[in-house]
Amino acid sequence: MSAIEPTPAATAVPGIEGARIGVITFPGTLDDRDAARAVRLAGAEAVSLWHADASLQDVDAVVLPGGFSYGDYLRAGAISRFAPAMAAVVDAAQGGMPVLGICNGFQVLTEAHLLPGSMVKNDHLHFVCREQSLIVENARTAWTNEFRRGQQIKIPLKNQDGQFVADERTLDELEGEGRVVFRYDGWNPNGSRRDIAGITNDRGNVVGLMPHPEHAVESGFGPASAEGPRAGVDGLTFFTSVLSSLVHA
Amino acid sequence: MGRVVVEVMPKPEILDPQGKAVVGALPRLGFTQFSGVRQGKRFELEVDGEVTPEILAAAQEAAVTLLSNPVIEDVVSVTEATEDADVAGEASGAPVGA
Repeated sequence: MSAIEPTPAATAVPGIEGARIGVITFPGTLDDRDAARAVRLAGAEAVSLWHADASLQDVDAVVLPGGFSYGDYLRAGAISRFAPAMAAVVDAAQGGMPVLGICNGFQVLTEAHLLPGSMVKNDHLHFVCREQSLIVENARTAWTNEFRRGQQIKIPLKNQDGQFVADERTLDELEGEGRVVFRYDGWNPNGSRRDIAGITNDRGNVVGLMPHPEHAVESGFGPASAEGPRAGVDGLTFFTSVLSSLVHA
Repeated sequence: MGRVVVEVMPKPEILDPQGKAVVGALPRLGFTQFSGVRQGKRFELEVDGEVTPEILAAAQEAAVTLLSNPVIEDVVSVTEATEDADVAGEASGAPVGA
């Protein structure tokens, strides 16, 4: 499946207005509406996609949102990975389409082998929910190109199975190839190896992370920031980044 | 009716937080004999007929593709359950490496 061509509208309007970004809903997904809202706030059209539908409706990019798909039964993301929509996502991702996996979506991407490693239960066994500082390690991916390398950002984090694990060789590879996209700053909230909060594939079009950018896109409803309480909108940059990568594709 | 038992364990190098929590709770009940616990999973796959070599091979395939994640888990065994398999120590057949 090839969904990377600009839509007619995007061709007519050389900007972000015509971009269509799909948000997949699995049974048990929680954050699909927030993700769709983030897409709209960034200036694109949000397209609702259903896990059982094998068509991605010619979207330009896809977000796998957070939640507890299939109740995290078996392993987080393990059953969703075999949904018809995921076969299309795997094809499209291998063709270069931008794909963002947030929290449970990140777990689905690792189960689908689009990203290496896996997530196991937090080392302290507790569910964690906090405003989390991150350091941007890679500002060249489809979803981070409007950040600066080394930039500190703050977005919400909420998970139970958030401990990123991989063998040492895989971790060395990720580090060596610059594929660590985000690292936890200040405190490692789940025991993730090498403080890794998010990673990308070798092409930089697929990004997965445990924290939630879609919950920090609108002043008044985000984390605390220098501008004031709940004023943080660092998450919006994920969505404007992908739009600019689509425009410049 | 036949039954195939698949056992999956976290890889030794993966910290098992659940096992750690259980080993911490045991001494509180007076079980001071146990110095470590690792928690895994047991799946019982039922088939309508006999458990044939083909069925076992399919179970092995399911074990490594869906029932376990090779990044964090090992398939410890895929065995046919015998009639009186409901008691502990039933493990018949050799362990199957993953």
